[in-house]
Amino acid sequence: MSNLIKLQNGAAAIVAVDGWQIVRLPVGEVEVKKQAGKVVLFKLTGAESATAEQIAATEIPAGKVVLPLSVWLARKAEFAARVAAGEVGVWLETHELVETLVADQPDLNVFPLIAVFIERFADGRAYSTGALLRSRFGFKGELRALGDVLRDQLFFLKRCGFDAFDIRADRSAEDALASLKDFSEPYQGATVIEQPVWRRHARG
Amino acid sequence: MYKYDQYDQQLVNERVAQYRDQTRRYLAGELKEEEFRPLRLQNGLYIQRYAPMLRVAVPYGLLNSNQIRKIAHIARTYDKGYAHVSTRQNFQYNWPELKNVPDILAELATVQMHAIQTSGNCIRNVTTDQFAGIAPDEVVDPRPLAEILRQWSTFHPEFALLPRKFKFAVSGTTNDRAVVQMHDIGLEFYRNAANELLIKVWAGGGLGRTPILGEVIEEALPWQHMLTYAEAIIRVYNRHGRRDNAYKARIKILVKALGIEEFKRQVEAEWAFHKDGPNTITQAEFDRVAKFFTEPAYAQLADSDAGFDAKRAEEKAFANWVKRNVHAHRQPGYRAVTLSLKVTGVAPGDITDKQLDLVADLADKYSFGELRTTHEQNIVLSDVKLGDLYALWQEARAAGLATPNIGLITDIICCPGGSFCDLANAKSIPIAESIQQLFDDLDYQHDIGDLELNISGCMNSCGHHHVGHIGVLGVDKNDEEWYQVSIGGKQGNDASLGSVIGPSFAADEVAGVVKRLIDVYLENRTPEERFIDTVRRLGAAPFKERVYADRQPGKQKVEA
Ligand code: SF4
Repeated sequence: MSNLIKLQNGAAAIVAVDGWQIVRLPVGEVEVKKQAGKVVLFKLTGAESATAEQIAATEIPAGKVVLPLSVWLARKAEFAARVAAGEVGVWLETHELVETLVADQPDLNVFPLIAVFIERFADGRAYSTGALLRSRFGFKGELRALGDVLRDQLFFLKRCGFDAFDIRADRSAEDALASLKDFSEPYQGATVIEQPVWRRHARG
Repeated sequence: MYKYDQYDQQLVNERVAQYRDQTRRYLAGELKEEEFRPLRLQNGLYIQRYAPMLRVAVPYGLLNSNQIRKIAHIARTYDKGYAHVSTRQNFQYNWPELKNVPDILAELATVQMHAIQTSGNCIRNVTTDQFAGIAPDEVVDPRPLAEILRQWSTFHPEFALLPRKFKFAVSGTTNDRAVVQMHDIGLEFYRNAANELLIKVWAGGGLGRTPILGEVIEEALPWQHMLTYAEAIIRVYNRHGRRDNAYKARIKILVKALGIEEFKRQVEAEWAFHKDGPNTITQAEFDRVAKFFTEPAYAQLADSDAGFDAKRAEEKAFANWVKRNVHAHRQPGYRAVTLSLKVTGVAPGDITDKQLDLVADLADKYSFGELRTTHEQNIVLSDVKLGDLYALWQEARAAGLATPNIGLITDIICCPGGSFCDLANAKSIPIAESIQQLFDDLDYQHDIGDLELNISGCMNSCGHHHVGHIGVLGVDKNDEEWYQVSIGGKQGNDASLGSVIGPSFAADEVAGVVKRLIDVYLENRTPEERFIDTVRRLGAAPFKERVYADRQPGKQKVEA
């Protein structure tokens, strides 16, 4: 049973599994980067970096695949034909910066799908990632939330540009649909609903 | 004050429905404790030592009498008959039941109130000067922009789960009373020579374990860009602030780590994309909101009143109250009045349902039905005629709301501490009470003069002890409650952080220590010096010497 919700033309529905396979790195010895008060490390808070061996050992199945950013960066030459066929997407860890992907691949619209893996639902970095992908880097394809995706954050994710939500396996996607409609007229402008309420409506 | 239209009301109603369902799911076991936690926190609900604590938002401290009556009604119906004014101008209930909170929120929604974002890792209630709109030294009324900020920050989708809490303060006066330097973002509104409204933006301030005063990141931001500039700052913070350690997660740590120059560079680079975007405030939107904050229908009065002068000459108690609790007003013939919630024997900031009802009546009778809460945990009636002060004083006094101690040593800022708060190292309310008892004599208090004494029950610093002239902090030593004392802190334009005087004290020593600090001041002050001035002139040494003179650390206690 699919737990995947997609927004299509503004309407949310649970969709059947659509063939995209999320490729994961093999479990390995992971090196945890320590905080040392250095600027760059703030961006990697609690980050686990993939080793070259893990990247090399990652098996890529046939068909439509969503690759870890690290695998894409290291092995992109292998996928040129599949990219051209629209069979390759990329997923980012919560802490990974969109800019890293864009520096490598300025036109994000070669990917039909980009996903963000939400490590912990209470970590709001994915919101900024979504907003940047849509509004700054012009990504038009499917933007999917993976991982610790729970219904009470859906409304925010939606407004930050996500249009697909893979609800955590132990929760009902059916129930979660309702939360996409929590608020009808948000105050501020954001990625989705760009105009603030006072530009959308005549107020008082 | 601001009045909801259909959009404001709908949003608040939808929030009540959303939270009702979240509570239902939690109670039904469909939401785990750690999943429910950020949801309830963003609705102001803590789980405390004895019961949940609910924090109700009072945006920039402004209320009307109907709202106060509702606060009283809720205190009576769902709590133990009292409420508490917090150090962020909000109301708190100490004994609501978790299952009743959706009903309480529904009641609040009927008077245009809510508990949205009063806690949690999100943008919190915006605070400002309690004398906004009436202060003689006000250059810009901060309330319209504060309201615009409130609306923008409410359910901001990108900033709903920040690394840590995020607090704004706004100020439009020459003498800063909103402590803008103590906030994650402080906005100081002013006008330039061409009379244009500009904002001096402070970033990276905050108390807590590592107290840091904010730094100026932008000197002259045109007001139209307030929201887009804030978006740039908070986006940088949301992406790069630390999330591995709650004590290092505030924006102040990021600003310190990067340095203000580099932080500003990142913010400016980000802002280039936001500037002139849809959240740029238009004159029309500013005017729409500003029209809610126009002056009430003041009578044209002389700035003196014979009856008032006579009563003041006759009754010393009234004169004392006028001296401490009545404040200048920019409208001739009017004054602002502080109703003191600092009565010895009552936890600072606590007020009963009956007192709340009376305060509502007083506001209706004497002050155009409006009132304010203060971060010093008192209540202000903003627009009282000089000629009404005596009658108001009598009514307030009968209800225990006229202690003439505003700005004096017994007007203690004090967090709930170990009596209620789960995070506390030590109790704070009994410490406040012991100090209030020792200094209960009014003449003595008035002789000591202006003094801010702030108490926090732990490093989270809700009692703002770092900026108290005297600060008391509860610490935990081998599971016992001890207190660290600091002096020399101050809020305002010349803000400073206090420094700890030495080893900490047992609970029953603290009042005696304060007494010794005061003695040193009284013996050394020049006629025009306040306590803080003497501390600044002499330094901490003579104070330390006196306090520790006969003290063998850990052996002998300090006597009063
Ligand atoms: S300072 Fe500490 S003890 Fe006091 S209210 Fe805040 S968290 Fe609780």
